[in-house]
Amino acid sequence: MNGPTSFWKATWAVFLKDLTAEWRSREILTAQWTFALLVIFIFDFALEFDPRAQQRVAVGVLWTLFAFAGTLGLNRSMSMERENQCLEGLLLAPVDRGALYLGKVLANLVFLHITAAIVIPLYSALYNVSFLNGGFAAVLVLGFVGYIAVGTLIATMTVQARTRDILLPLLLFPLVLPILVAAVRASEGFLTGLPWAEVRTWVNLLLVYDVLFGTAAFLAFDYVVEG
Amino acid sequence: MHPIGDDALATPSPIVRVQGLNKRFGYHWVLRGLDWQVEPGETVVLLGPNGAGKTTLLRVLATLTRFQGGRVEVVGAVLPKEATQARQRIGYLGHAPFLYPDLNAEQNLRFYARLYQVSHSEERLRHLLEQVGLAARRRDPVRTFSRGMQQRLALARVLLIRPPLLLLDEPFTGLDQDGARMLSRILAELQHQGHTLVLTSHDFPRVLPLATRFDLLHRGRLHATLPNRHLTLSELQDWYQGQLINPIEVPS
Repeated sequence: MNGPTSFWKATWAVFLKDLTAEWRSREILTAQWTFALLVIFIFDFALEFDPRAQQRVAVGVLWTLFAFAGTLGLNRSMSMERENQCLEGLLLAPVDRGALYLGKVLANLVFLHITAAIVIPLYSALYNVSFLNGGFAAVLVLGFVGYIAVGTLIATMTVQARTRDILLPLLLFPLVLPILVAAVRASEGFLTGLPWAEVRTWVNLLLVYDVLFGTAAFLAFDYVVEG
Repeated sequence: MHPIGDDALATPSPIVRVQGLNKRFGYHWVLRGLDWQVEPGETVVLLGPNGAGKTTLLRVLATLTRFQGGRVEVVGAVLPKEATQARQRIGYLGHAPFLYPDLNAEQNLRFYARLYQVSHSEERLRHLLEQVGLAARRRDPVRTFSRGMQQRLALARVLLIRPPLLLLDEPFTGLDQDGARMLSRILAELQHQGHTLVLTSHDFPRVLPLATRFDLLHRGRLHATLPNRHLTLSELQDWYQGQLINPIEVPS
């Protein structure tokens, strides 16, 4: 008889399972890409004759797009656990619940990063904004980490509710507002070449949010799934 | 079946000990001060009408449901404090198969093998798929499986870790004749190897040859016990009906 599964092995198992399931179904990425492309084209047509406005709102549109596309992914990711009551199957395993949470978070992060990798070049071409910036890339990662860390927990809380599609954004967006504001400001700062001193505050906010809310969500997951 | 080492099945006696177990959903008490125990190697069939508390009891033992009062000890672990230790040694087959529809049969088992750190898992899962008659469908997504096939795969999931204690909630549900025969055969082998089985079922002909004891739950309490000493089907049915016609009054 084996002992309790190690934390990292369990995390890896959940991460790999989510990636495999997505590879076979492609439900999360299809939903995220479709939504993202629609938003990009709608804004492109709306601001077609005002290139300056296009550039001014570019970063805001991008983060709005990621926030909404992210909820689609989070919803689907947890719905997978609801079907056939698979979440209970996970809870039966002799593993730290934190490992289950971390596995889901990592998979969700991969999905959102893949979406970003598809969306950003297209967005860059249409809006004529260059996103080739190391600072912006770092902001993207920090923003996604905070958003997904909190989002995965909230999606776990709402997955059993009949109104989960409405509940998730209603509960999630007020919580991630600080990270969205900070990400937009920091992204703008890096892309317009503001000095580090002016961007630092927002980057620090992102870092603090990630650490605080990430830790809180990690610790709270056990209580949430225990019901 | 793979041989199971003595260590794997070395279990404390009793393997399940429940004392004064209370469980309620809202204002409705499902288990009311239940006292009950199971010895290692026994095959106990829980009987009782719908709502008697059979499924809830199995879910409490499987560490899936919290309880309000009493003491529950499963394979030497006191719940809920030592639930992680208990989970290594319990196999639970519930009403839902806990299988991912988008993954195929092999991928589902491989995932659970990783989660439970099953050694020689590839060999083991191939063997289990053959045992439950799904080797030919191992690459097909579970979404395409019938209810009975999902139940077979769920059984393979449970057997993956060779648990000393198996909790099976209506395991024959959804199985066709072949599937039910296969399950009976597997359960008999497990019994022969010394596993402890606790199952709920209304399929008397299927469970009669397996059971060492029948326990009747009624309104959240152990109402009656019948050791299986070469019982006939009609004796079992008469006993069950007789108990339900004249149940003990349970104060609400």
